[in-house]
Amino acid sequence: MAAVKSDNQHRAPNAPALGLRFLLLASLSITLLVIDNRENYLDGIRKAIGASVHPLRVVVDAPISTWRWIVEASASRNDLQLENSRLEAERLLTQARLQKYAALEAENARLRALLEATPHGSERIRVSEIMSVSANPFRHVIVVDKGSRDGVFDGQAMVDASGVVGQVIDVGLLSSQGILISDPDHALPVEVNRNGLRTIAVGSGDFARLELPFLPNNADIAEGDLLVTSGLGGAFPAGYPVAVVESVTRDPKEPFASVTATPAAALNQVREVMLIWPGEPEGNADNGDSEAAESGTGGNAGPAAAESTDE
Amino acid sequence: MSNGRNTWRLPVLLSIVVALMLGIVPLPAAVEAFRPDWVALTLIYWAMTLPRSYSVGTAWIVGIVVDAAHGTLLGQHALALCFVIYVTVKFHLQLRVFPLSQMTATVFALLALYQFLLFWINGVAGLHTDAVTYWGPVVSGTLIWPLLSMLFAGIRYRVRSDA
Repeated sequence: MAAVKSDNQHRAPNAPALGLRFLLLASLSITLLVIDNRENYLDGIRKAIGASVHPLRVVVDAPISTWRWIVEASASRNDLQLENSRLEAERLLTQARLQKYAALEAENARLRALLEATPHGSERIRVSEIMSVSANPFRHVIVVDKGSRDGVFDGQAMVDASGVVGQVIDVGLLSSQGILISDPDHALPVEVNRNGLRTIAVGSGDFARLELPFLPNNADIAEGDLLVTSGLGGAFPAGYPVAVVESVTRDPKEPFASVTATPAAALNQVREVMLIWPGEPEGNADNGDSEAAESGTGGNAGPAAAESTDE
Repeated sequence: MSNGRNTWRLPVLLSIVVALMLGIVPLPAAVEAFRPDWVALTLIYWAMTLPRSYSVGTAWIVGIVVDAAHGTLLGQHALALCFVIYVTVKFHLQLRVFPLSQMTATVFALLALYQFLLFWINGVAGLHTDAVTYWGPVVSGTLIWPLLSMLFAGIRYRVRSDA
């Protein structure tokens, strides 16, 4: 085509060819969309293209990390000393708390042994840095700088110092994408720390709000209740703080109470997240299942498991 | 012609790569909603000026890369960009001779179409989102268009005088 018309640059392109090409590409996109929405055959392609975008991410991240390096390098001695003493104090406090925690953990293991329940496994944690956040305001997706080379796996839980942040949805070689718990597409099985009431926390699209849409009007839940992961979905280890209940509105006309909660983690302020490797990655799903079977007397266990496997 | 194409290839590719990078730069949450869609603007400009080299095929490939980079449904941006660029190429002769004000108005319509397609695909796929927020990139993109087209015109002038 180019050879035929090479003499005239300003002539209109061959109209039927353009229309045909557009139709072909449009139907190809629609096929991709349908497959990508229903199945996950396309993960390999996504990964390959994602890897080719990795250098771009590194370039984009370079000025930001350089700036942070300059700020750190040029911090005054005084500031450093202040920060050092503050961190020292914080470390002491944390260690004191940890001592108590060690005793509690031992006691918990002993009590669980008495009850002949499976003990909670320990887990490996690794800090990873956030490289970029999704430019799409409707998808709360972040990219972290660890990939399959570091042993990151699909569905891995991400937490920060104060609570659950999200989970990994797409593992690349050097970086992976994670979905935040505030994404409207994300649902997380949680329980009320006070009384063990199980429900599902769904993202609202707002970084500062989660919704709990499946609680009946007479559910025992109140403002200020702490929600922790229940571990029933198998993706998240149990017992990590997720959110604090912000408001409970019970309307007798509606079948469900409308409950909103504020995430414990500062979802739009984190720079680092911690990736969690549960003790035995293979045994993890079994553990979740047996726990679900153990405590699956309530009606909530079924939907909770179904919802989380959907993710 | 083939010689002419080669001189154009580098600046066009570079501008698309820069547009992709501007699309993933982290921004504060307040500005985030008004991030212009750099990729769409860049592709509209090149499709308008060089429709024989850069049209729906380029738009589709770039769209797939955008989808992979942003974690959206694979094919979403590809389809939307493809359609917008198809319309642009269809009317590129009229668009080229428009005065700047009229051209900016057309770009507004193209960007609105683009965001509508994204919104529509999200809706069909079951990702329900607030419709108002789709207007941010349209408004900012329209405002930035005169500056961007002047910048690109400057680049074209340089490349042409070098060649």
